[in-house]
Amino acid sequence: MRAAVSPIAPSRPARRAHLLPWAPLLTLAVMLGPVLAGLLGTLAPALGHMPALGGTGVSLAPFEQLFAWPGLPRAVALSLGVGFAATALSLALVTLICAGWAGTRTFGMIERLLSPLLSVPHAAAAFGLAFLIAPSGWIARALSPWASGWAQPPDLLILQDPAGLSLVFGLVTKEVPFLLLMTLAALTQVRPGQSLRVAQALGYARVSGWLKVIFPMIYRQIRLPVCAVLAFSMSVVDVAIILGPNTPPTLAVQVVRWMSDPDLTLRFQAAAGAVLQLGLVLLGLGLWRLMELAVARLGRLWIASGARGRRRGEQALRGGALVLGALAALAVIAGLAGQVVWSLAGLWQFPDFWPDAVTLRNWQRHGPRLSGPVTETLVIAGAATALALLLTLASLEAQHRHGLRPATRALWLLYLPLIVPQVAFLMGFQTLSIATGVDGGRAAVILAHLVFVLPYVFLSLSDPWRAWDGRQDTIARALGAGPDRVLWAVRLPMLLRPLLIAAAVGFAVSVGQYLPTLLVGAGRVATLTTEAVALAAGGDRRAIGVYALAQTAAAFAPFALAVLLPRVLWRNRKGMRDA
Amino acid sequence: MPEARGLRFEHVAISLGRARLIALDCTIGPGEVLTVMGPSGSGKSTLLAAITGTLDPVFAMTGRIRLDGRDLMRLPTEARRIGILFQDEYLFPHLSVGANLAFGLKPEVRGRAARRARIEAALAEVGLAGFAGRDPATLSGGQRARVALQRMLLAEPRALLLDEAFSKLDTGLRAQVRELVFDTARRRALPVLQVTHDHSDAAAAGGEVVVLG
Repeated sequence: MRAAVSPIAPSRPARRAHLLPWAPLLTLAVMLGPVLAGLLGTLAPALGHMPALGGTGVSLAPFEQLFAWPGLPRAVALSLGVGFAATALSLALVTLICAGWAGTRTFGMIERLLSPLLSVPHAAAAFGLAFLIAPSGWIARALSPWASGWAQPPDLLILQDPAGLSLVFGLVTKEVPFLLLMTLAALTQVRPGQSLRVAQALGYARVSGWLKVIFPMIYRQIRLPVCAVLAFSMSVVDVAIILGPNTPPTLAVQVVRWMSDPDLTLRFQAAAGAVLQLGLVLLGLGLWRLMELAVARLGRLWIASGARGRRRGEQALRGGALVLGALAALAVIAGLAGQVVWSLAGLWQFPDFWPDAVTLRNWQRHGPRLSGPVTETLVIAGAATALALLLTLASLEAQHRHGLRPATRALWLLYLPLIVPQVAFLMGFQTLSIATGVDGGRAAVILAHLVFVLPYVFLSLSDPWRAWDGRQDTIARALGAGPDRVLWAVRLPMLLRPLLIAAAVGFAVSVGQYLPTLLVGAGRVATLTTEAVALAAGGDRRAIGVYALAQTAAAFAPFALAVLLPRVLWRNRKGMRDA
Repeated sequence: MPEARGLRFEHVAISLGRARLIALDCTIGPGEVLTVMGPSGSGKSTLLAAITGTLDPVFAMTGRIRLDGRDLMRLPTEARRIGILFQDEYLFPHLSVGANLAFGLKPEVRGRAARRARIEAALAEVGLAGFAGRDPATLSGGQRARVALQRMLLAEPRALLLDEAFSKLDTGLRAQVRELVFDTARRRALPVLQVTHDHSDAAAAGGEVVVLG
């Protein structure tokens, strides 16, 4: 009775039906197109092909020049070392904090600190740290002269130390909150409470039990974020300009220097360096994979040994993790406080802990000049966030309406823009945007920001979107509402809080972008971030304080709105309070 | 064609891979109740999803479901005119009680005053006069159940599905709400299909009982 087979999927209104199913594909194209095209656009000049600068055909000369640079071995070693150290430290700290404290009241406090810490842009956090640890920074002032005997700032290379230690520390303060957030998301899916209780009932101490039972499940889910942290730490530019060593700098910073050099022939060398940076990141990811395998093997042996863990040692470990985590958070918070004080400081001589006078003069002097970069920052971030939200919602709704199921492999694609080093494709993206005539404009910068904003918006919205109870949909449809009305009148209002949070995340990501703004904007699009980082070399702490605070405020304000707005809108709706 | 009235299952079979979950060929007449019982996983909710048009594509279905003669299979959920009540009321938490009812009231009732009057009347009918401005989260379980029922009825469904609709209510309230629902369905001549694992629900419905699984 083949004839009796009836199609279950009811026919949908045809109006938008032929556009919406393409949304996921369009989203991928917008996100990955610039990455792939940019990589090709970098590879060509690296192999000597850049007709605009007189390079045609294929040659290895750019790589020969790159390898002839005496600073290369050190720059490469720095990139690898900083990347691995920052990633391993961040992961270890996050793991121990979760193993020691997940589910406790202390952990609840840590969770509440997370969003504000995450919203501080990398550059602002790095400046804050610099204000603290510099030889004339707050820590030295607090110890001088009574403990250190210093009447002058000591001649120590703490900041921008040649080994990159302050850079590692700066990265850890920002990557710990990020990894912690990702781990929290994984924890809500794994529901570790019961497994941990079973382990504890079998006599395992808390941390050992958590590491043996929960960690393997969690790590599987945070692998991509960890890879993103590794790739980012290896190739970061703005933080490395502020905190990293100078002679030589990390490879990524050197590539950007060559790219901004008035001598255009250095572009070939820069492209070769960008390709090498990509190779380094790939090598780093491969090495990390090997380390994963080794740790997994050791872990299996440790689990098979049945060791229960010693309570006293574990208490020390728990305490240590908490202290280090608090230190990382404190560094960011105290750094921001330092910026506030510097931005209001009159005369402030070295060993003094406080400035002689508090004045608004710095704000009066730099404030008027802020308005241009502020507007530029808000317009770019607003546009990139709006586009990212639109594409994300269209993709999620298309999946919902047309029963499309994203493959698990699709998640890799989402992380690709966060893993491919920015220098490696932005340079090509810049060349291509010159070729297509959108060079140096705000529109090109918005598109470049969208590449990085989209993954974050998608990642933060997709879980709450899918967690929404589908029976709400059935109920609303059974009451006669079509899919559009269900979306606008039921689903989006109910998901207002995660929507606003996703928007705030996207906005903060855009505000913090340094390299895409600098390279794609060809140096002509001035945002708070590019202006602040440009001040790094000058060392005028009052100006830096003003710009870094403005940058932090631009990133933080949307988070505050995202928390406050639902509270005001739903003040009479008890059921929406923790939704 | 008087025999065309009601909810009719024509050789309906639902399967998952090779396993056949449900086979049904019957008619629920206006005002009649069919109770489907079975343990969880026996496909009760799958049957309801097939009727509302929200069946997961992993299931394969053959046969035809008609409501008052209309073939439902080609219609989207919102055009099927099937009312459904779940164990949870699913009152939209962001809307007031009145706005929840307005969501159900069909747009053909025009004019703000006329719509408000219909909603007020629907609330008064179940002893909730003056509740339109309330936050649904502040209602008691029995009040929520009555609001959910009225919201559904304002959409003027032609059949009623009950998915364990009473299982969260405690015994006293349960009998009361159940009586209200079945009385209303009988008065409005709605065919009712309920799935439940509770025998008292089946007994209260009084109609035919099909056991799955």
